[in-house]
Amino acid sequence: MSDDFDKLKAALQAAPPPPDAARRAENIAAALKNFDDHQENANQPRPISDRPIEAGLMTGVFKMFSKLSTNAALIGSTSVAALVLGLYITNSPKPGLITTETPPELAIPDPQLQSAATNIDDGSTAAIPTPQPGTTVTREEVSQLGVVQDSDQAAMADEADTSVTPRERGDVTAALENFAVVDAAPTNAPRSQTTAQSVTGGAIPDLEMSPAAPSVAHLVAPAPVSSDIITTLPENTEAFANEEQNPVKVTIETPVSTFSADVDTASWAIARSSLMSGYLPSADSVRIEEMVNYFPYDYAGPDAGEGPFRPSISVMPTPWNANTQLVRIALQGEMPALEDRPPLNLVFLIDTSGSMQGADKLGLLKQSLKLMLGELRPEDQVAIVAYAGSAGQVLAPTPASERNTILAALDRLEAGGSTAGQAGLQQAYAIAAAMMEEGEVSRVLLATDGDFNVGISDPEALKDYIATQRDTGVYLSVLGFGRGNLDDATMQALAQNGNGQAAYIDTLIEAQKVLVDQLTGALFTIAGDVKLQVEWNPAEVAEYRLIGYETRAMAREDFNNDRVDAGEIGAGHSVTAIYEITAPGSPALLNDPLRYATAEPVEGNGELGFLRLRYKAPGEDTSQLIEVPILQNDGIPAQDDDALFAAAIAGFGQILRDPKYLGEWGVEDAIALAVMGRGADEFGYRAEAINLMRLAGSLMPR
Amino acid sequence: MLMETSDEDMAMAAAGGDRAAFALLLERHYNRVFALAFRLTGRRADAEDLTQDICAALPAKLANWRGDARFTTWLYRVVVNASHDARRRMATRAKAANGWGDWEKSRQAESAEAADAQDWLSGAMAQLGDDLRDTLALTLGQDLTQAEAAEVLGVSEGTIAWRMSDVKKKLRAMAAQEGVA
Repeated sequence: MSDDFDKLKAALQAAPPPPDAARRAENIAAALKNFDDHQENANQPRPISDRPIEAGLMTGVFKMFSKLSTNAALIGSTSVAALVLGLYITNSPKPGLITTETPPELAIPDPQLQSAATNIDDGSTAAIPTPQPGTTVTREEVSQLGVVQDSDQAAMADEADTSVTPRERGDVTAALENFAVVDAAPTNAPRSQTTAQSVTGGAIPDLEMSPAAPSVAHLVAPAPVSSDIITTLPENTEAFANEEQNPVKVTIETPVSTFSADVDTASWAIARSSLMSGYLPSADSVRIEEMVNYFPYDYAGPDAGEGPFRPSISVMPTPWNANTQLVRIALQGEMPALEDRPPLNLVFLIDTSGSMQGADKLGLLKQSLKLMLGELRPEDQVAIVAYAGSAGQVLAPTPASERNTILAALDRLEAGGSTAGQAGLQQAYAIAAAMMEEGEVSRVLLATDGDFNVGISDPEALKDYIATQRDTGVYLSVLGFGRGNLDDATMQALAQNGNGQAAYIDTLIEAQKVLVDQLTGALFTIAGDVKLQVEWNPAEVAEYRLIGYETRAMAREDFNNDRVDAGEIGAGHSVTAIYEITAPGSPALLNDPLRYATAEPVEGNGELGFLRLRYKAPGEDTSQLIEVPILQNDGIPAQDDDALFAAAIAGFGQILRDPKYLGEWGVEDAIALAVMGRGADEFGYRAEAINLMRLAGSLMPR
Repeated sequence: MLMETSDEDMAMAAAGGDRAAFALLLERHYNRVFALAFRLTGRRADAEDLTQDICAALPAKLANWRGDARFTTWLYRVVVNASHDARRRMATRAKAANGWGDWEKSRQAESAEAADAQDWLSGAMAQLGDDLRDTLALTLGQDLTQAEAAEVLGVSEGTIAWRMSDVKKKLRAMAAQEGVA
């Protein structure tokens, strides 16, 4: 019966309902964002450390088995193909599925787009690279593909890649080729930059974006994955700030060691989060001084009128080397009377980009800030700025007493959209400046998963901007959340330049520690630009090594230069630095004496060295100097739990990082030492550390 | 003049990382994608979802663009494949013997918004089976020639012709059944 056929035809040809305008805008925005992501991923340097192309296949397989306990491998072994490809994802320990929300509305009116297209006509098409089939596949593509193939639960995007039409269904080889095209096209990277420039240069800025202002950065921004569908994490894009481990120095060559105080604790929390997920933290994420400083120590604080902090020094035998000694330098910041603290102006700058979706990110963030609200006083003020999709001021400055208003504003936050960090930061600073009154303390509290470089043309410029704001008295602290995307390096840079603390929050317990127990320290600076300089006495110390503080090293001449920034100490903070020193003639010396250097016999006077400290009182420009000799008889009392525990953590940090100075000393020894030094451990931080060390011991290859 | 940049050139530019070209392509073809998605799914909400999935996946897929077909052909292929995936997922979820059809019909029954004509259309489409539905959506719905539809679906032209006659056959059978009932 052709009646029905005609009816069918008519029904099919009847105009389909118009697509929903809002959804259309959202979908297009999501696609553009993914487009940016895709370009970004395609152009990134290889995330895996160099390995010769010719390296045997078995090397990789070996690596894979050695890490088979990691999430990556567990998630990823559904087929032979997935297994073979899986070995390439060992560096991205947590590929996984995330569901993210719909991005912000983004209305793109036609005319502008057409004018954008002019750019294409301007000859940029001429530069389009021709895809070259059969190009060599680099590991990055494979690693991307590996992730794609692994997610059997099938994000639609991936299914589409691995299934379907005859032409696309092709085998893995074809897929690899396709991936290769993305990267192999040599003009690729410059081209996308050109586009970005031409876009900022004029074509698109008129674009109307529904959440008014910070538009351009938003548009140009390559952004975290976000859309309504389930998307795979493209790869682990974590970046950590670290330097080479401090080497052993010969005292007669470089007698002076200079570094800045560091009260950050992020590295320990990151290591914990890695270990709790079942894999060892990457060596780069280990900053030993942050691990040591994570734990509260019972150092003697300054007496009234003594200064903002008191240094104390002790010398103890090195647990991992019988022929050396550890010198522990501890600074304990004063705890001002809490009742007298000045009113606080807090601007929460909250990253609500798509990558913040998830219980361990935005969810945890909200809970953490709620915890913190309980610590605020009625005269304190809170404002909230969200950046990304819902960019802009979410909560105008509100007295902390209006708890419900603030809680409601927090609850309204939703993740979605790309990260326009710079615009958000500028707005947050503007609000903080407006809230500032005489005698009050203002601080911007940036909460992010660290994907902050987005939309910033020049990270250096951003740092300068933060440094300028710092000089106006508005400080910046950074709270990191979530893994997979954590740009620890940027977080460190921002916090260090903003006179703030960088903390990583992986659990609500950690939020309690950082935002409740230690809130005063995190928010009230008692001493700025704290620099430490130790001059070692070659008569007593032939070699020395500073454990940790690699990222805080300073040039010797900068010590006295008050224009050079350094770390801050907050109320009640303690800072611990540990040197390993070797006496002249000790069998542990690593460097042979020079044959031609004139050996001047120096009379030992019992002074191992001399500690100089510089700090600025808050708001002052001139530093003050504290000088303390380091004496051989600064011996620790028979049982100094703090010293033992700090040494255990320093040793553990080195095990994770590079155990080359530890000899046979291993995790078991670190655990034994930590158990000895556990002390009262009121809040169980040390007990937790011991358990994590045991976990790390089990995860380590034997 | 601006609009004269061909889809294929634009796709090539987009594949090479040109964001503006990608945005323009999307702008040009969004409605077309949605229309086909609607014809393939028969439900507006599903079509919206499908279109969204396609949009999100498009950047990655575009990297595979070789310029060896017309862009619309390629795009239709992407849509059809995406709808296949969506059906598979729905079928898994619904765990119904008849898969998508039953699941779809039960949802249709719940949904008051569906107009009668659409009901009939999606009902009929659901009974026809995936292959025939794809073919119909492309030929009758999107006005593709049998050759073009064949290219999109990756089958021979003869297959399309055969499927069209199959459609007529099945429609007759369905009408006969309705007559009985």
